[in-house]
Amino acid sequence: MEKNNIKGWLYLIPAFLFLGVFMIYPLVDVFVYSFEEGYNSASQTFFGVGTYNYSYVLHDPYFLQAVKNTFILVIITVPLSTGLALLISVGLSSIKPLRELFQTIYFLPYVTNTLAVGLVFMILFKKTAYSDGLVNLLITAFGGKGVDFIGGPYWAKMFVLCFYTIWVVMPFKILILTSALASVNQVYYNAARVDGTSRFRIFRRITIPMISPMIFYLVITGFIGAFKAYSDAVALFGTDLNAAEMNTIVGYVYDMLYGDSGGYPSYASAAAIILFAIVLTITCINLLVSKKHVHY
Amino acid sequence: MGNQSDYEKIEKTAKIRRTAGNIVLYFLLTIWALIVLFPFYWMVLTSVKSYGSYNAEHIPTFFTLSPTLQNYVDAFTTVSLGRYLANTLIFTVITTAIMLVVITLAAFAFARLDFKGKDIAFTLFLSLMMIPNELVVITNFATITNLGLRNTFTGLILPSVTSVFYIYLLRENFAQIPDELYYAAKVDGTSDLRYLRRVMIPICKPTLITIVILKVIECWNSYVWPRLITDDPDYFLVSNGIQEIRENGFGRENIPAMMAAVVVISLPLIILFLIFRKKIMAGVARGGTKG
Amino acid sequence: MIAVNNFDFEIPDGKLVGLLGPSGCGKSTTLNLICGLQKPTAGKIYFGDDDVTNLPPENRGVGLVFQNYALYPHLTVQQNIRFPLENLKGADKLSKEDMQKRVYEAAKLVQIEELMERKPSELSGGQQQRVAIARALVKMPRVLLLDEPLSNLDARLRLQTREEIRRIQKETKITTIFVTHDQDEAMSISDMIVVMKDGVVQQIGKPQEVYDNPVNLFVAKFLGTPPINVFEGSVQENMLYIGSEAVLAVKGAPDGPISVAIRPEGFILREDGPLHCSLGRLEVMGRDVSVVSSHPCCENTAFRSIINAENKVDLASETVGFALKPAKTFLFNRETGERIYFTSSESGRM
Repeated sequence: MEKNNIKGWLYLIPAFLFLGVFMIYPLVDVFVYSFEEGYNSASQTFFGVGTYNYSYVLHDPYFLQAVKNTFILVIITVPLSTGLALLISVGLSSIKPLRELFQTIYFLPYVTNTLAVGLVFMILFKKTAYSDGLVNLLITAFGGKGVDFIGGPYWAKMFVLCFYTIWVVMPFKILILTSALASVNQVYYNAARVDGTSRFRIFRRITIPMISPMIFYLVITGFIGAFKAYSDAVALFGTDLNAAEMNTIVGYVYDMLYGDSGGYPSYASAAAIILFAIVLTITCINLLVSKKHVHY
Repeated sequence: MGNQSDYEKIEKTAKIRRTAGNIVLYFLLTIWALIVLFPFYWMVLTSVKSYGSYNAEHIPTFFTLSPTLQNYVDAFTTVSLGRYLANTLIFTVITTAIMLVVITLAAFAFARLDFKGKDIAFTLFLSLMMIPNELVVITNFATITNLGLRNTFTGLILPSVTSVFYIYLLRENFAQIPDELYYAAKVDGTSDLRYLRRVMIPICKPTLITIVILKVIECWNSYVWPRLITDDPDYFLVSNGIQEIRENGFGRENIPAMMAAVVVISLPLIILFLIFRKKIMAGVARGGTKG
Repeated sequence: MIAVNNFDFEIPDGKLVGLLGPSGCGKSTTLNLICGLQKPTAGKIYFGDDDVTNLPPENRGVGLVFQNYALYPHLTVQQNIRFPLENLKGADKLSKEDMQKRVYEAAKLVQIEELMERKPSELSGGQQQRVAIARALVKMPRVLLLDEPLSNLDARLRLQTREEIRRIQKETKITTIFVTHDQDEAMSISDMIVVMKDGVVQQIGKPQEVYDNPVNLFVAKFLGTPPINVFEGSVQENMLYIGSEAVLAVKGAPDGPISVAIRPEGFILREDGPLHCSLGRLEVMGRDVSVVSSHPCCENTAFRSIINAENKVDLASETVGFALKPAKTFLFNRETGERIYFTSSESGRM
């Protein structure tokens, strides 16, 4: 085919325009920002070039709290949600009647607005002056002591956040895993059955290895997504996350950018780059681990 | 026969084990289904409880004897819920439309046309997928502010148009159309644009529908970007609108009305989902596995 | 839609049985019933005296070689073969050394000892199949089942592999059933063949017997290469007519229209007939000659007869004359395809 240089690039211009202005340029710009010290957005001047911004951010107690929150969130939600999704998917794949109904129900959270539904969660878990909230009702019914999950102790707030996050990410994982399970050729299961393999052993030595690429994909994207947690927290605790001690790294970035204490794009940039570095490192670790455990 | 009774025993235990397993399985699956559905139920329930009865409940009730639609009326009159919905609709439609044009052209260029530097450009594209949105938002914020596009639709729409992922998805689909079709069309004197319009797009309709649906969901639920660049309530979308309601409007006092707002916001996508359920789920699965 | 209808058969111990028939005839379903992957809607299945009808496949002790081998792609050859042994529990549980020994023996039986550390994707089709056989045999099953074992192999490998299967079966003496649509395959290595069509057993017997004595037109047409030649004919007063010519005495056959099937080797070259056909061409086969001729009453536009090459055929002539061997000529009811028996002037019922 003759090379049609002009036409090719012509077709690409719209995409490149958008991507260039809103992706490539910002990437470079943010990087530069993070090294510009003492940036003042009003006058758009800065003092010098160096790592002052990074050091500021890394010493900021709000940032450190956000890092702690985010890490806890990641460590709890990623394994739990992936494991639970796996169990549910396997369960779904082994039943025929009602399977479609369950699949439809399970997928519902994916199409809903996390902020909107988060409010419902907030109501369910919150303890107000008037009422204990539904969840606390259940807890006391079982003999426990009610606690304010939204405004109360740290562990309670963390619990709700993790619970909600898992609730939100499950649909995608269940969907991916069910289709991965469906793509395993039935003939392998038949062969294993004729070989006298118990159901558990089939699961461990045949099913899991054969869907390991998908499980792995979910783990990687799960980590990346969890590190970027933000809207879930806002949905539960409101926009002032620092007050609730529930800020996440991304929340910190946006606070620096826009919030009441905002107007500091340099700090925001530094924090964002730190986040990017963390995510990159974790992803690389994951990739290395996959070499050993994933079968293609 | 000794062997025979052994066999019967094996059969029996296998059967019992299987039935018991199934019962437990259905039970557990139902539990998760309830966990998923309950917030929706609560949402709707609370939205039809009257203001007075809701606040009078020390212990929340699971049903109400006197449902009312007053909250919905309040939701639309006391806060500009209608406006938020309209804004979001405009935003979604325009962004999706522009996106479709841009990615179709780009995917076509990468899949079908041959030009110098194509491979380098494509590799560059792929690497862009790694850039997290949180990073670019910082500069985009500055850019939009400097262009004076805060609190405008243009400002909302422009940075939200492209996603490299959709270009990649569509390109994969375009590339699967055999070359012979293109050559045959060329021999018939068809222009590239015409080929794109009359052959490739119709064939790849499923993928395009998937992309549209995914983008619509993304736009409808978009929160961070609108939150950053609009502080004029006239330009709020549903997400930051609901935040606004929560903090300055009903959130403080009129929970049922807020729930009514939440129901109204969630309804369009849910209805969309129930209608296009199969297509949506198949599309997301395909998109996820390609990634 | 009945996949397998009234299959009533006792498969003899320690023999190699071929289940033969066109695709869709129910042979694979029969295999699935035997190994337990499918349950019969009615009837019983016995291994020896044990009723295994309701026993799940895990407990039946059957070895099954799937059509596309079904080797676990993420395990090495050795792990694949060892897999069934790792499932044995309780009294049958084996120690690591015993497992190793059995795996090695199975590998030696199918001659793949050098490939133990490879993964299935690194093996050729023939090698994969041998691994599949080893895996099926390693647990010393009571019955070995093979689903179309040769259909995925190229022609040359097919000949070699069917001999392998024969050899392995003779060595292990395990009751073996294999399924195929290739009659050549089935005839050459089976002790007995079962011909099936549309879920119904047509005929069971030793290969030569079934060949020499088909019980209906379908079986007659299914076995034999080149295929049997079918003509429209009629019987009148104990005489078989093809067209207007009386070609064979058929005592005991009822009057009426009839289908006649004649094996290619059932034609004797004779200039004065009684059957005259238009000569097409000759195909030299070395020891034999294939005479391709045509006849208006023949089912196909041309038919093949195989003659010893020592006979000379006059190529210049437009017609060629044949006599028929009664042992190679079969009569069938035109509607039902059922065999109609007759006696010829030579002894015995035909």
